[in-house]
Amino acid sequence: MMRQFSDVVKVTIFVFVLFSVFPLSTWAKEAIPVAEDPDIEKRMLALTVDLRCLVCQNESIADSRAEFSNDIRREIREQIKDNKTDKEIVQFLVDRYGDFVLYNPPMKPTTILLWFGPAILFAIGLGSLIVYLKRRRLQIEDVSLSQEQLKEAEALLNEDKKGKNV
Amino acid sequence: MMRYLMPLAIFMVLAVFLLVGLTLNPRQVPSPLIDKPAPKFQLNQLHEPDKIMSSEDNLGKVWMLNVWASWCVACRDEHPLLVQLANSGIIPIYGLNYKDERNTALQWLKRYGDPYAISIVDTDGKVGINYGVYGVPETYVIDKQGIIRHKQIGPVTVDSLEKTILPLIKELQKQA
Repeated sequence: MMRQFSDVVKVTIFVFVLFSVFPLSTWAKEAIPVAEDPDIEKRMLALTVDLRCLVCQNESIADSRAEFSNDIRREIREQIKDNKTDKEIVQFLVDRYGDFVLYNPPMKPTTILLWFGPAILFAIGLGSLIVYLKRRRLQIEDVSLSQEQLKEAEALLNEDKKGKNV
Repeated sequence: MMRYLMPLAIFMVLAVFLLVGLTLNPRQVPSPLIDKPAPKFQLNQLHEPDKIMSSEDNLGKVWMLNVWASWCVACRDEHPLLVQLANSGIIPIYGLNYKDERNTALQWLKRYGDPYAISIVDTDGKVGINYGVYGVPETYVIDKQGIIRHKQIGPVTVDSLEKTILPLIKELQKQA
């Protein structure tokens, strides 16, 4: 019994020593520092949330972990360091990758349909609804019963009531 | 009659739009660099690291710039075609070894063949950004004035060579 107990103690001490010599935290890779300058990082992030990663097209460059986005983020950091304005940096990317990198497409002849298409469709829909409702009202007004027809209808209704009562 | 035909007509128009949409490839983003001067570069060569190649060295001839890397799987698909094209002597192909390691790149060329007149090294991908590279392999056809005339995104295929690239090269070579 005593022997067993000392075994348990030995194992406990072994485990204790093991973990104090190799703390678990050193097994995990340390996080790479995001950036030296938080101001640059902030501006870079603000820019890249509106830019599309061309490799993973439904992700922004800010979100994406693709190699492509890493490179673009690095490029933008360097350009910020070189005192380029946001406009210049975006233009730099558009010149190389086209408007497709922008989540907000610019207004130009080729994108007019994109910008105004929904409004045009809405106007067409609203227009046809109004026309349809107006026409329907005219149709309803047209249908009016003559005095005779009314009497006839009344007679029929009364007949029905009598029939049911019996 | 109109009542029944209208929804059918609207459906047909929608269906046509959706069908056309299906045939489009969202990965093929048209490059804004077409018909613009090829971005200039001065890069170290792969085989002789102390030698530099400049994009201006190629002024006066029609040439191809093929962006490749040893880690790029699709590059292997197009590679035999590039070797064949290089052997035919129709057009000189220059290789932009994109974000690669020299040794693995050299081994890769030994193994699969080297179609490149010169390979140049873009280790950090900076020149790649200037050329709007986002998916390797990519291939540019550049004319005698140094203007980009065509960009192939993804591997070169027999189809793209025969239908687009070769006729274009012929035409560009005729120009002064």
